[in-house]
Amino acid sequence: MTKKNAKAYWKENIKYVLILLVIWFLVSYGAGIIFKEALNEIKVAGFKLGFWFAQQGSMYVFVILIFVYVRLMNKLDKKYGYDE
Amino acid sequence: MTNSIMLVESLGVQNWTYILVGITFALYIGIAIWSRASSTKEFYVAGGGVSPLANGMATAADWMSAASFISMAGIISFAGYDGAVYLMGWTGGYVLLALLLAPYLRKFGKFTVPDFIGDRYYSNTARFVGVICALLVSFTYVAGQMRGVGLVFSRFLEVDINKGVIIGMLIVLFYAVLGGMKGITYTQVAQYCVLIFAFMVPAIFISIQMTGNPVPQLGFGSELADGSGTYLLDKLDGLSTDLGFAEYTEGSKSLIDVFAITLALMVGTAGLPHVIVRFFTVKRVKDARKSAGIALFLIMILYTAAPAVAVFARTNMIETVSNQPYTSVPEWFKKWETTGLIGFYDKNSDGKIQYLSGNAFLKDEHGKFDFKKPDPNVKNELYVDNDIMVLANPEIADLPDWVIALVAAGGLAAALSTAAGLLLVISASVSHDLIKKMMNPNISEKGELIAARLSAVGAVCVAGYFGINPPGFVAATVALAFGLAAASFFPAIILGIFYKRMNKEGAIAGMVVGITSMLLYMIKYKLGWFDEVLPDKSDWWFGISPEGFGTIAMILNFIVSIAIMKFTPPPPQEVQDIVENIRIPSGAGSATH
Repeated sequence: MTKKNAKAYWKENIKYVLILLVIWFLVSYGAGIIFKEALNEIKVAGFKLGFWFAQQGSMYVFVILIFVYVRLMNKLDKKYGYDE
Repeated sequence: MTNSIMLVESLGVQNWTYILVGITFALYIGIAIWSRASSTKEFYVAGGGVSPLANGMATAADWMSAASFISMAGIISFAGYDGAVYLMGWTGGYVLLALLLAPYLRKFGKFTVPDFIGDRYYSNTARFVGVICALLVSFTYVAGQMRGVGLVFSRFLEVDINKGVIIGMLIVLFYAVLGGMKGITYTQVAQYCVLIFAFMVPAIFISIQMTGNPVPQLGFGSELADGSGTYLLDKLDGLSTDLGFAEYTEGSKSLIDVFAITLALMVGTAGLPHVIVRFFTVKRVKDARKSAGIALFLIMILYTAAPAVAVFARTNMIETVSNQPYTSVPEWFKKWETTGLIGFYDKNSDGKIQYLSGNAFLKDEHGKFDFKKPDPNVKNELYVDNDIMVLANPEIADLPDWVIALVAAGGLAAALSTAAGLLLVISASVSHDLIKKMMNPNISEKGELIAARLSAVGAVCVAGYFGINPPGFVAATVALAFGLAAASFFPAIILGIFYKRMNKEGAIAGMVVGITSMLLYMIKYKLGWFDEVLPDKSDWWFGISPEGFGTIAMILNFIVSIAIMKFTPPPPQEVQDIVENIRIPSGAGSATH
């Protein structure tokens, strides 16, 4: 039973990690590097958007990603009884 | 009231610096005495009961080095868009830390990173390879910090650089040896406050001056305060192209190199032992996740302000010097000229400063620009060092003396906090991993604590020696410490957690191949020791610079590890049980031997 529990917990954890890492990749390597030129056509105030993602936006998203993970995992820990 | 204002005004930069640096040093020493370590557990992991907030602050200070504080904004201001590799690279790694490493390593509950490598791969050979990697990474990094301490002293207090290094050594020695991780943690909390305040105050002042917006992160995307309706970034793009530089928001590195450097820095961040051990100091697994988030938030405050400072400083700099008569340059220009951070040669004898793209001077035999040898083929007449942007920014913007002094105190806080964290990794690698785990397992608790303190003393002396006699390659290798960490620890730790079947043969081979290929590439393409002259960029593999090669070395490590693992026996059942156990957050207990 506990082993099964642990497996299910691990599976859900991996799912969260993968989703968050995809976002992590898209904002930094996607918006900030690969698609920078295309995004630079769009301007928000004085910022070209690709430049903004590379030097500002990706960092804000990184912080949000970690806190989302903290929340998700705290809930998951409770669901599987691993909370302490 | 009037008297005190007059006193404040007459103090001058020098005295303000003595006062602020003196107060902060007294604070660090006071904290060290209050929090001295009495057991190995306190010495290595601060007793294991640090709150997530305190650990987040300590991690942020530990992380932000002299390079982040002094050099980064300057590098960005010259690199423009390309500076993003440092911004994203040195923050994105925290996402990897929080999601892939910190919680599991905390659950594992050991004192050091080589400890994890040695136990997870059930082999003292693996542990030894881990120790070598930890020492290699930490020593290349720490020498630069001691040099940073010396530089700040010499520039602001007109103390000899070497004396500055020795003062820094004595301070670090005092609180690292006495307090261990416990002393370091709480001094780092104080150092974070000092350095963030010191960075943000001038940034806010200048942002208001230039754009009227008090938030620097928004200010550099705003219109100029002069009422012209022009956006600051558009103006800087224009100024840059007029003078023959690349457009500021475009940059000049190739896409693949930007990609590779960013990834190497991110992965390297997540593999740096002095960052990882910080997560061994909290109580529970959930605290490890949370404190990674807090640490990144606190780091982000400086890292998002740095590109703004870069833009302000670059614009100010160009406007102040470009095509201006040399006789009417402001006082700071002359001051930094005497320190060798600014060099000017009137090539066309028109009495004005032509600041254009290209290197104004030829290099001497040590690879430094020689201000007596102007390059006749380049029209540019001015050399400006990267570091000046943060150090001289308050002077360029004509801010009050106490703000200038604050920058000195902040630079010292940044350099000292990082140096202390690295020294602890070095001393723990020696006293815990080498002496206790490999050479003399029967050593008493008291004996190990003495060994830990002695190795900290030894490490400070070596670091100080490198600070005073910097070998030519230190500056070049600091950035490469990340490549080394990416090539060695990151794959071994990730596979150790997420791949139960990974065995010692695979991990050891992977680490050895990874770190060796990184070292060889670095020696060939960064230091140029294999050839008569440093090979040209066009020889780089796939167009990837030595800074970005950590990405390739990391991939090599993964491939070799997995390939070797396929042909060798799986790890014993008890090791597989350990892996299952670290995936479950509850029952973390406290860090043990």
